[in-house]
Amino acid sequence: MAEFRHKDIIALRDLTKEEIELLLSTAESMREINNRDIKKVPTLRGKTIINLFYEASTRTRTSFEIAGKRLSADTVNITTSSSSTTKGETLADTALNLLAMKPDIIVMRHSVSGSHYFLSGKMPGCSIINAGDGTHEHPSQGLLDMLTMKDRFGRLDGLKVAIVGDITHSRVARSNIQGLTKLGSQVFLAGPPTMMPPGAERLGNVTVCDTMKEAIQDADVVMMLRIQQERQGKTLMPNAREYSRYFGLNAQNLKLAKPDAMVMHPGPINRGVEMSSYVVDGPQSHILKQVENGVAVRMSMLYHVCGGELE
Amino acid sequence: MSEGGDAVAAEQTVIMDNSGIKRALTRISHEILERNKGLSDVVLIGIRSGGAHLAEQIGSIIKVIEGEQVLVGAVDITLYRDDVSGHLPHHPVGKTDIPFSLEGKNVVLVDDVLFTGRTIRAAMDALMDHGRPQSIQLAVLIDRGHRELPIRADFVGRNVPTSLKENVAVLFDEKHLSLEVVLEK
Repeated sequence: MAEFRHKDIIALRDLTKEEIELLLSTAESMREINNRDIKKVPTLRGKTIINLFYEASTRTRTSFEIAGKRLSADTVNITTSSSSTTKGETLADTALNLLAMKPDIIVMRHSVSGSHYFLSGKMPGCSIINAGDGTHEHPSQGLLDMLTMKDRFGRLDGLKVAIVGDITHSRVARSNIQGLTKLGSQVFLAGPPTMMPPGAERLGNVTVCDTMKEAIQDADVVMMLRIQQERQGKTLMPNAREYSRYFGLNAQNLKLAKPDAMVMHPGPINRGVEMSSYVVDGPQSHILKQVENGVAVRMSMLYHVCGGELE
Repeated sequence: MSEGGDAVAAEQTVIMDNSGIKRALTRISHEILERNKGLSDVVLIGIRSGGAHLAEQIGSIIKVIEGEQVLVGAVDITLYRDDVSGHLPHHPVGKTDIPFSLEGKNVVLVDDVLFTGRTIRAAMDALMDHGRPQSIQLAVLIDRGHRELPIRADFVGRNVPTSLKENVAVLFDEKHLSLEVVLEK
């Protein structure tokens, strides 16, 4: 039986196949709690979790907060717009001040890739969970995507997964690539050349496609990425309509995938840009199922880091 | 330590064989029916993993006796343990599977070995989060003593006096049918 011995979860790249499988199977067990009348277990009673969000978020922050509360931890949210960051405090100083209040877990989202590794070194005795760092990783999203696929197909091994959109700026894509390829899925990437990072084929065991058609042909899963206007310059695409014509998912090109293919999106969706509303609300869409699984996956992550070894 | 050997492998003695287990479970099944005057509002909940397998077996025996299937569920107590705050790798979490309401039911909680009573305490807390049962009764195959909490069993397969250094294990085959009970020294 696999054991989870990490203090932090910063990237799926740092985890083994067995550790990822353990996180997913624990999440499957956690799901039962979310369907009861009394949605709470006493497991993390007395633990304090700080959600520190330097970037906007609805789903992830709410989901982590609910996950902590359902495990009986005390959760505190800090958003930077209402924190001392606006007064010029550095991340290191914020971290040391929070540490003085003895939290057990800090869940952080930050716009700088790798900032969690920096923070982890400064915070002995406190677990760090990455809720998204720049264009690096978003491990909880990767795990909940994998759980949603596993629910649908009963396995991840051998699945053909197409990831379409702005690969360069997508931490969701990176976490999915790391996790999925470790568990034996085949990952195909497609996106405009301006949104495909140089050396994309080195992101892992992936196939980089020139066209969207090539990527989604006979796919089991079509995962569409959000066009991240806040991270992009203005020059990456001429306009939303042209992007939608070449790299948008609609009823027509979805037929190229397997008939029972599932459609996923990490949200928030730009309707009519990366996906037509017909597909978003259609029978193959698993987008709300992803959100539902997010709570169970985050409960699993919080549970296992609390049992990890402190350095 | 045992003499002469490497003293690494635990010494195992079979204290209850397969037919002994069957007889004990059959008697427990009759006692459950007698105490509850039949099956109305009775549900069996086994504690993962050994107790869940035994609950299934008691369910099958009751079906033979009464000709009626009793509701059987399983509870995993990992998230209710009182030792999760330490920094050890956490136990894997099993699935709790209670696809029916416990409101007003007479719940028979089933476990393989009753020892300190801490598992039973955790299981009762877990059950209460699934509704308010009318009563909770406890059935165990082996009671080995050494209680640390004020808990006792209503139905006992066999009382086995043990020392704290010993371990009692109920072994199951791959179909989750009980094989034998061993005492490890």
